[in-house]
Amino acid sequence: MSFVPDTLTMTRRNVLYLIRRPQVIVFALISPIMFVALFNFVFGGSLNVPGLSYADYLIPGIMVQTVLFGGGNTAIGLAEDMSRGVIDRFRSLPMSRLAVLSGRTMADALRGIITNTVIIVMGFIIGFRFHNGPWWAIGSFVLVLCFGYSITWFFAWMGLRLRTIEAVQAATFLPSFPLTFAASTFAPVENMPGWLQSFSANQPVTQVVDATRAMMHGGEIAGPLIRSILWIIGIMVFFGFFAVREYRKG
Amino acid sequence: MIQATDVVKHFGNVHALNGITLSVGQGEVFGLLGPNGAGKTTLVRILATLLKPTSGRCRLGGVDAHTNPMAVRALIGLAGQNAAVDDLLTGRENLEIVGRLYQLGRTEARRRAEEILERLSLTDASDRQVRTYSGGMRRRIDLGASLVGRPRILILDEPTTGLDPRTRNELWQLIRELVADGATVLLTTQYLDEADELAHRLGVIDHGRIIAEGTPDELKERMGGDRLVAGPADPADLDQVTAVLAEVGGTSPYVDERRQQASIPVSDRIQALLQAGQLFETRRIPLRDLAVSRPSLDDVFLSLTGHRAEEQGDEAPTGRTRR
Repeated sequence: MSFVPDTLTMTRRNVLYLIRRPQVIVFALISPIMFVALFNFVFGGSLNVPGLSYADYLIPGIMVQTVLFGGGNTAIGLAEDMSRGVIDRFRSLPMSRLAVLSGRTMADALRGIITNTVIIVMGFIIGFRFHNGPWWAIGSFVLVLCFGYSITWFFAWMGLRLRTIEAVQAATFLPSFPLTFAASTFAPVENMPGWLQSFSANQPVTQVVDATRAMMHGGEIAGPLIRSILWIIGIMVFFGFFAVREYRKG
Repeated sequence: MIQATDVVKHFGNVHALNGITLSVGQGEVFGLLGPNGAGKTTLVRILATLLKPTSGRCRLGGVDAHTNPMAVRALIGLAGQNAAVDDLLTGRENLEIVGRLYQLGRTEARRRAEEILERLSLTDASDRQVRTYSGGMRRRIDLGASLVGRPRILILDEPTTGLDPRTRNELWQLIRELVADGATVLLTTQYLDEADELAHRLGVIDHGRIIAEGTPDELKERMGGDRLVAGPADPADLDQVTAVLAEVGGTSPYVDERRQQASIPVSDRIQALLQAGQLFETRRIPLRDLAVSRPSLDDVFLSLTGHRAEEQGDEAPTGRTRR
């Protein structure tokens, strides 16, 4: 099976697209920069987070939010390929069919490395620091990327399912918005009303943000990390299956 | 090389293909001629393993497309309105990536890309992004991408739709060269002149059915064959011209007053032409025009389907949005 070399070829193709269209990365960075500015300087003073400066609290949340929002580009990219017929070319080649999708999600994960690095640099400017040693810091970065990678499979499925760029653009915000705001991204879940807490405390973004935050700054790591990993694997397998099925249908 | 047996495709209750059977031999160019919505693209997508038929079988190069699509993909090259190239990549990058997906090594893929660029006269533009290419250049690089795997079977879906006449001619020339190299070609077109120009054999498709099949000449023959047409230099001689044609053809000629000419069906066109020439000569009737005309494929299409080829049929869904 030519899965691995084909994935690398398709990743290269998509990375070339990223390089030729740098505005995608620029736009992917505008919203986190605005959110950092908004929450840190506007709301940050009034938000009470236990045991951490607000910058330390905010940056892990922003990183997870960014990979989630960035997933929309996966959906848009695939819908674009579908509508222009490039996918038909790939489907007519004796190549691994899964590689079209894995190459796309891989390239989007690479984009996540760039955007998250910029966010950390920005964090350092506003006073964010790692308080739990370099290894946990690297681990937290990897965790965010893994979550970003698994979520691209959800968006890949969505892009293939909706097919048109316009529909995808309209639809990507729908899941991303409640998932990032009804979560521990910007403020502790404990202060939310009970009916909302039952959702926000148990959904994947909260788990991943809590695990990332604990890995960066200390605190209970094992629980949220295990739950995060389960979510990551679950999302990837579940939506990976449906994305591939959708792709095969053509 | 290509064998389709009773291929049926329904999209819900739209019947795109209603039992297509066709066979294309090694080195042959088979033209599938029909208006928009006739089912051409659906058939192409099924043959190229992009779509599964509702029923029926397809074999390409002896391989069953349904049970072994991967082997079929290794045999075919697909180009035309359904395949496309990457706009933001250069011509060379496009070909190299396709080469890599055919499992060619890095150097081999580069060499193959170079070879194809040269053949398509795109060497000068090879390092420019495809979005800067003209329409004709895009079609050429698209065709080039389908050649990377040295396909034994080329499937070209409306290869020249939307191109200007000069670019069309260039592309035709290129396709003829590929055929000379031994490729088997199935091409779809809605242009009669294109089918006439390129195809050895034609299938006329309408409403998901092949309604006529044969060489372009055979199809024209079916229209009642050749006609002898003559027009006098002086309009006053039209009656005399008509009389000569009647003598040659043995029936009463059709007279077109507006175009100032008469015509008559003939069985042996050379004999008829010589005989008429001699009569006009001896009777000293100066002519504006004397010719044998064969029915055009447009006439064929009209008589077979009851509508002209350029008319738009109902657009059949192809399972995805069009560009």
